[in-house]
Amino acid sequence: MIQRMIGAAALAAAAMFVSFGAQAQTVKVAYIDPLSGPFANVGEQGLAEFRFAVDRINKSGRLGKVKLEVVPFDNKVSPQESLNQLKRVIDQDIRYITQGNSSAVAGALIEAVNRHNERNPGKEILYLNYAAVDPAYTNEKCSFWHFRFDANSDMKMESLTTWMAGQKNIKKVYLLNQDYSFGHAVKKAAREMLARKRPDIQIVGDDLHPLGKVSDFAPYVAKIKAAGADSVITGNWGNDMSLLVKAGRDAGLDVNWLTYYAGGLGTPTAMGEAAAGKVKIIAEYHSNVENNKAAKWDADYRKQAPKGNPDFYFLRGKIMWDMFAKAIVQAKSVEPKAVALALEGMRHDGELGEVEMRKSDHQLIQPLYVLSIVKSAAKGGPKNAKIDMEGSGLAPVTEARLEGYTSATPTSCQMKRP
Amino acid sequence: MEFFLVQSLNGISYGLLLFMLSSGLTLVFSLMGVLNFAHASFYMVGAYLAFQVSSKIGFWPALVIAPLLVGALGMLVERYGLRQVHKHGHVAELLFTFGLAYLLEEAVHLIWGRSAVEYRVPAELDGPLFQIMGSQYPIYRGFMMLVSVAMLVSIWLALTRTRIGLVIQAALSHPQTVEALGHNVPRVFMLVFGGGAALAGLAGVIGGNAFVTEPGMAAAVGPIIFVIVVVGGMGSLAGAFIASLLIGCMQTFAVSLDWSLAGIKVSQVAPVLPYLLMVLLLIFRPKGLMGTREG
Repeated sequence: MIQRMIGAAALAAAAMFVSFGAQAQTVKVAYIDPLSGPFANVGEQGLAEFRFAVDRINKSGRLGKVKLEVVPFDNKVSPQESLNQLKRVIDQDIRYITQGNSSAVAGALIEAVNRHNERNPGKEILYLNYAAVDPAYTNEKCSFWHFRFDANSDMKMESLTTWMAGQKNIKKVYLLNQDYSFGHAVKKAAREMLARKRPDIQIVGDDLHPLGKVSDFAPYVAKIKAAGADSVITGNWGNDMSLLVKAGRDAGLDVNWLTYYAGGLGTPTAMGEAAAGKVKIIAEYHSNVENNKAAKWDADYRKQAPKGNPDFYFLRGKIMWDMFAKAIVQAKSVEPKAVALALEGMRHDGELGEVEMRKSDHQLIQPLYVLSIVKSAAKGGPKNAKIDMEGSGLAPVTEARLEGYTSATPTSCQMKRP
Repeated sequence: MEFFLVQSLNGISYGLLLFMLSSGLTLVFSLMGVLNFAHASFYMVGAYLAFQVSSKIGFWPALVIAPLLVGALGMLVERYGLRQVHKHGHVAELLFTFGLAYLLEEAVHLIWGRSAVEYRVPAELDGPLFQIMGSQYPIYRGFMMLVSVAMLVSIWLALTRTRIGLVIQAALSHPQTVEALGHNVPRVFMLVFGGGAALAGLAGVIGGNAFVTEPGMAAAVGPIIFVIVVVGGMGSLAGAFIASLLIGCMQTFAVSLDWSLAGIKVSQVAPVLPYLLMVLLLIFRPKGLMGTREG
């Protein structure tokens, strides 16, 4: 009897899958990120990688006759413009959005999506965040309609400081960050976590500078030098990152740069060999990682990557699309609400170990790496530094792997489920 | 004390770079009355051309060729664009250069892509020039200062000691008379605009590898050079020189200060101080430090 019931249930499930899969349908996902202006290159990189991932999923046939499509919307990294683009997305009846660049944009989008979903039941929008890392969005400002696939900035700092705890040669740390929400979050987390894990480390300086307005970092470098720091923790990205490292090299400053984004597009090229052996990055992936199940994917992507953006950067992007596709299959529906319920708590066999979309706050828990930037093998660096970054002669190698639980910081999220 | 010395050097060298950037702008403004919004774009084009030329035949030829190419571009812009627009007055000119800045940026995107290019300081200028108590001072910064000072001296000599300089100055105040004397005034203007662009191009050759050569570089320096021109006094070369040094040192020393006012550290607002200076100056001394005309 029971067996028959299970059999019937399986049959019914199969039938449902067939009926859902048999219906030719395109699920559009709006990609709301900068495609013009100073950060256009970053936006284009994400778009190229996502299109590659979606193309692979479509060809694999794992969604039956359902096809995914990425539709680009240019937000110029402005929260206001993002809301305008969201209106267009809604008008075109697109039910999924993805965004990553700038937490300010993410905040505006989360709020707008919440409001829209409340007022338009049955027309909900689901937001897949692949890079905006302000901790608030999976804590006090968490939302059922938001899923984050990048480790938030506190989680990254948790992993970085766990690694630092074992580095006895780090004694004096300088904090230099951009003066906006993310820079403040990095600074605060660094202070708290170092006090907890390495109370002997002295914080010898703590500065904020305006975002993207400094062209000459020499005065900051002189200050770091005068403070006697041996390491600098910085959340800087883009030119703020590369100019800082270059200025440090020019002045002969000998410190470890402990960074979030020194691997960001264009930054390795701009830093040049000033970075070799000095720069560490906290991230979820690099091309020379050991036991890399994404190695072939990485290589295939490089073969057709757009000119100027040769590297594969967002493993978390691949994971996001794989989990999204899996959620559609599990939910047997392309409705955002059903997909969201399937995504919650989902475990997924990621390319570098198991990952989990934590149900309580919709934050992906994944292993992280501390990478060291060294000269590539071709330029006389270590043998495992095989694949270089942007042809710059620099390559990442693993300094330490930190399992998902090290960065699984508790959340204060009180999720309101529909 | 040594910290003070290092920071003074940093301030002066940054100021001199700012002067390189703004000298062409102030020159074109004083001689033609055109406020060139595309000036920073010529700086960017100079950096990219220098990257292109130096990757083929080396940095030193690029130092000469790239500014000349940018100068030629500037002359073409004046001859076939600005001169036609000139009839419609200053607002039209302003809008023209504003549009041109966007065009040049898009052109750079199309030719060189949206990411940074690998334009490096040449090996012979790479390294420390001297050491002050353990802090290195890079050769390239010394080179930057040298070029900037040479630029100031040669512009001044060219304007006051050469025949063409005198014609240029005369063409500004008495264009009809100069034309009646048989000089081609439109061509003089074309040369001046090209010269201004070439100066920006030269700054690009030198600033491009000292900092980062990427499509956002024009937008990054655009505002600050306008501040210098306004603070120094519209159209005053000496004023621009003094304002550059002042702003360079002010920003550098503000970074070093850990004083705080109402919870905000001085170092935190350092890069915004020049704009504060500009606003104050416009209120209390609208002609700028060395300017001659009111408002």
